[in-house]
Amino acid sequence: MTDIITGDPLPAPPPRRSFLRHNRAALWFMALLSLFTLVVTLLSEAVGTGLISTSLVKILGMTLCLCLVAVAMDVVWGYCGILSLGHFAFFGLGGYAVGMWLMYARAEIIIRDSLATAEIPPTEAEVADAVGSQIFGVVGSSELPALWAFAHSLPVQLAMVVLAPGLLALVFGWLAFRSRVTGVYLSILTQAMTLALSLYLFQNDSGLRGNNGLSGLQNIPGHLETPQAVIAMWFFWGSALALALGYVLFAWILSDKFGSVIRAIRDNEARVRFLGYHVESYKLFVFTLTAVISGIAGALYYPQAGIINPAEIAPIASIYLAVWVAIGGRGRLYGAVLGAAVVSLLSSWLTGGGAPDINLGFYVIEWTEWWLVLLGVGFVAVTLFFPRGIGGLFDHFAKER
Amino acid sequence: MLLEVSGVSVTFDGFRAINDLSIAIGEPELRAVIGPNGAGKTTFMDIVTGKTRPDEGRVRWTSHGIDLLKMSESAIARAGIGRKFQKPTVFEEQSVRDNLSMALKNRRDPFSVLFWRIAAADHARILELAEEIGLSNRLADRAGALSHGQKQWLEIGMLLAQDPRLLLVDEPAAGMTPSERAHTTDLLRRAARTRAVVVIEHDMEFVRRLDCRVSVLHEGSVLAEGTIDHVTRNQQVIDVYLGR
Ligand SMILES: Nc1ncnc2c1ncn2[C@@H]1O[C@H](COP(=O)(O)OP(=O)(O)O)[C@@H](O)[C@H]1O
Ligand SMILES: [Mg+2]
Repeated sequence: MTDIITGDPLPAPPPRRSFLRHNRAALWFMALLSLFTLVVTLLSEAVGTGLISTSLVKILGMTLCLCLVAVAMDVVWGYCGILSLGHFAFFGLGGYAVGMWLMYARAEIIIRDSLATAEIPPTEAEVADAVGSQIFGVVGSSELPALWAFAHSLPVQLAMVVLAPGLLALVFGWLAFRSRVTGVYLSILTQAMTLALSLYLFQNDSGLRGNNGLSGLQNIPGHLETPQAVIAMWFFWGSALALALGYVLFAWILSDKFGSVIRAIRDNEARVRFLGYHVESYKLFVFTLTAVISGIAGALYYPQAGIINPAEIAPIASIYLAVWVAIGGRGRLYGAVLGAAVVSLLSSWLTGGGAPDINLGFYVIEWTEWWLVLLGVGFVAVTLFFPRGIGGLFDHFAKER
Repeated sequence: MLLEVSGVSVTFDGFRAINDLSIAIGEPELRAVIGPNGAGKTTFMDIVTGKTRPDEGRVRWTSHGIDLLKMSESAIARAGIGRKFQKPTVFEEQSVRDNLSMALKNRRDPFSVLFWRIAAADHARILELAEEIGLSNRLADRAGALSHGQKQWLEIGMLLAQDPRLLLVDEPAAGMTPSERAHTTDLLRRAARTRAVVVIEHDMEFVRRLDCRVSVLHEGSVLAEGTIDHVTRNQQVIDVYLGR
């Protein structure tokens, strides 16, 4: 190759940064995730020896979804510097979107079965009415709200998994970033958004069953006869795949100049503007993309949880998300995965009665009550003594070798 | 004229930092702006680059008379105005190479940047710039590990990488050794052969070596303008600035 102007030979460009080869962390992560998936599969009830119960497979699958939303949180906060305290709302929206189809389609099957024995075959309107009262009887209504117009359609509801969080993030982000709201004010604004959303969903006439939320989501229409062990396995694999793809997607986005620019925005956004980059567009891009990935994570999580209700979207959930990422070590994707996995598994172990209480003689520490204290102390300790989080330990390891 | 600032005033909490300032820069041209602390030199650059909006006045760009006051900071930068800050501001967590690469004159919208991969020409340009700012063997190092003077140079290199038509350089020689200063004057003079360069500087020796037209700022407006010998003979300039 030659220089266009001088005709001199140009120096060869550096070998293209083929990103997976150069991203050792991503390779290690994929290898370990594959190994983990294989081990769980081989020990599962559905396919393997049965050492791991179906409910544990579900917990592990759900944990993978939490890891994915944590990775998204790390990108928006750890890399782009936007401390969003609302990303769990996007996670919840994804869950609601897919949950609507799960509930509707299952109710429809049940109604059709029960009406099949009637002498006159039911009309479509009768079926819809019956589905309406089946789903909404609990909030004293029998009509399907307009929101459910496409609940019968899996493709539409799957599109909503992406569109609902994506559009909310796009509109919210556009308004917030355009007015140059940053720092703690932006965090407060995202908390207000998630609070407003959860308060709205708590209302009985929200069209989403108020505080009852959506339930029975573990029953997959079309596979109602399939044992839960098998369904749990499928969702576990789906969650592992989503985490792997999400991780690679973000690692790729961060690997070259785009990653440089968003880290620069985190460190000094005013300076980035004077380089000619439209900072707001970058923030909006990152905010919206991470919201969409969070929605996908939620859509995989709630069928494993079986139920979603507005409490899931409460502001505190998004704060926990930030705590996981801080404990795991922000600014590194595997740190977010570690933080989410360790803290959420520890939490379900301690609050689920799995951990023995500690008898101090004069006082008995019951983990269900003391877990939050432990988490709080852990968070403060990490912030003060290990600002790089658990992931930071790998730096020492890498240096010593 | 490439840049035409006319009748601009800025008030901060009742204090008039820029007072009916008018200044015009041609292309190519090297211009030094001097003046006592608080004269409004940095604020002048803030206005041109869109950081501060003036209360009144006009700022026109190129012969087409484009109104810079209506443009965002990033649009002004893309229009061809680059800026080096008084306090060196490079991205310390990132390598020298990444700093330069971000500044390269390439498309800047998120989607183009997402799919951007370094081309031979970009690579050559980075090496050339690194050579020019004396950082050839520091390309892989964190920018934060550079000395103060080297950071100043890196920022000048980033400015050149943008290939702007107008460079605004705020106190480039601060914290530099005498030999680094000499190198910096050379760099700026070379850059000014093909474009407009405006340099704010305190150091008279430095300005003398730039050997160019000088504007003296005082209390937010131009007190005198001309060659260095012309302005240093001006009695008003001596009173407010040199005589102290
Ligand atoms: N953002 C601001 N808010 C209030 N006062 C300011 C601001 N920017 C500059 N000033 C004041 O305006 C005057 C000119 O400042 P500046 O342009 O930085 O001077 P210098 O010529 O030393 O670069 C100073 O008195 C400064 O305190
Ligand atoms: Mg100044």
